[in-house]
Amino acid sequence: MSTTALAIKATALSQKHISLGAKMVEFAGYNMPVSYSGLNDEHACVRSAMGVFDVSHMGEFILKGENALDLIQRVTSNDAAVLTDGKIQYSCLPNDKGGIVDDLLVYRIDEKTYMLVVNASNIEKDWNWIAKHNTKGVDMKNISDQTSLLAVQGPKAILALQKLTDINLSEIPYYTFKKGKFNGIDNVVVSNTGYTGAGGFELYFENEVADKMWNAIFEAGKEFGIKPIGLGARDTLRLEMGFCLYGNDIDDSTSPIEAGLGWITKFTKEFTSKATFLEQKEKGVSRKLVGIEMIDRGIPRHDYEVVDAAGNTIGKVTSGTQSPSLNKAIGMAYVKTEFAKADTEIFVKIRDKAIKAKVVKIPFYKQ
Amino acid sequence: MNFPEELKYTKDHEWVKVDGDVATIGITDFAQKELGDIVYVDVNTVGESVAIEEVFGTVEAVKTVSDLFMPITGNVLEVNGGIDANPELVNKDPYGAGWMIKARIESPAELAQLLSATDYKKLIGV
Repeated sequence: MSTTALAIKATALSQKHISLGAKMVEFAGYNMPVSYSGLNDEHACVRSAMGVFDVSHMGEFILKGENALDLIQRVTSNDAAVLTDGKIQYSCLPNDKGGIVDDLLVYRIDEKTYMLVVNASNIEKDWNWIAKHNTKGVDMKNISDQTSLLAVQGPKAILALQKLTDINLSEIPYYTFKKGKFNGIDNVVVSNTGYTGAGGFELYFENEVADKMWNAIFEAGKEFGIKPIGLGARDTLRLEMGFCLYGNDIDDSTSPIEAGLGWITKFTKEFTSKATFLEQKEKGVSRKLVGIEMIDRGIPRHDYEVVDAAGNTIGKVTSGTQSPSLNKAIGMAYVKTEFAKADTEIFVKIRDKAIKAKVVKIPFYKQ
Repeated sequence: MNFPEELKYTKDHEWVKVDGDVATIGITDFAQKELGDIVYVDVNTVGESVAIEEVFGTVEAVKTVSDLFMPITGNVLEVNGGIDANPELVNKDPYGAGWMIKARIESPAELAQLLSATDYKKLIGV
């Protein structure tokens, strides 16, 4: 084995993906499946039936103690005080320059215990950032390496998963979770989340039972046409919903207000960069993240330049793809605010040609 | 994966079929698999003479975009109209209905540098 192979981390299911014939890539330092049967096929399977994503590379931190909420309030933009036990919140960690350290989910397990779910590529950066603000002795535990996470997504997911648990899944609304027995395994976190817009659940459990969980889920989903899904389709599914991907659409230099994440930026509490964001909200921002749809033929890609009819630069594409569900080229881009209104004509520079596009409202895909 | 013996190949994963002084050019089975679902083949060099290893077009898959290189110096005569409407033909039938361009061969000597099916398979490790 070469040293580079040693440096790449495996999830508890990496070997499973390889044995099932997945095309593997290194993503955020992990050996991950990028596709199985083909991106369009996998994408359609999730939209119409169900599919399973191994997203065990994601990071999980447990914050515990009298001051856990206090710490979370300080480092995140959303108001975690509104959470009750079993509720989940989408939020972000602002940096002190008005940018974003990461976007994340905040799970309230109980009054003094929270789980934060962060992007794989940012585990270390987030941990250090939160730890730096932990001045009141909150007990922080990084359980990322021992935790597996499967996203079981699609309209049939609830029917298949219900066969494996006595927890009534229809009583777990969107952005809530229950912890309980699933497939005979205790303490599985069953969360009504996922980044696909297709419905379904995410399951958190210990690495040791990963094989057992995977096999049971596929057995339960057989009658519904379940398929394993790679990161490629995960990206096209999230993009059709207009969900931000850290590193593409948001990063250390973009503000949540610019990114259309004002809804997770609550000024009811103190937090990092609050004054900057408040000023942006009141006075407006000079650029905004918008959805774009190509009018003429071409596919927008990350970092392509956006220009106006006269050829002046007005922004940059952050994500783009041929939408498998809509069969048209879509993307997201930061554009100068005067170009951010829906139906505004813009142009994307594709191989030195300005190709006509327009600003559209997100989500691109509506059920 | 399939690599017909009668075709010639390049290290950039194109194939060439020679018929008199006309070369039909496409991408290999290996290339289409690597790219995944192909959604657009953009060729804007029709009528132009394009040198060996220069870009004659671009292939867009859902997730990636890749340049297409001339296997030999030639004048681009035509683009396959069939893949404009149905780019997935490149995935389904890379050596048949999924061909990309036809070009008039301008330096026949270059043909000798192309790879045989055996050499190409060795290159990609199959």
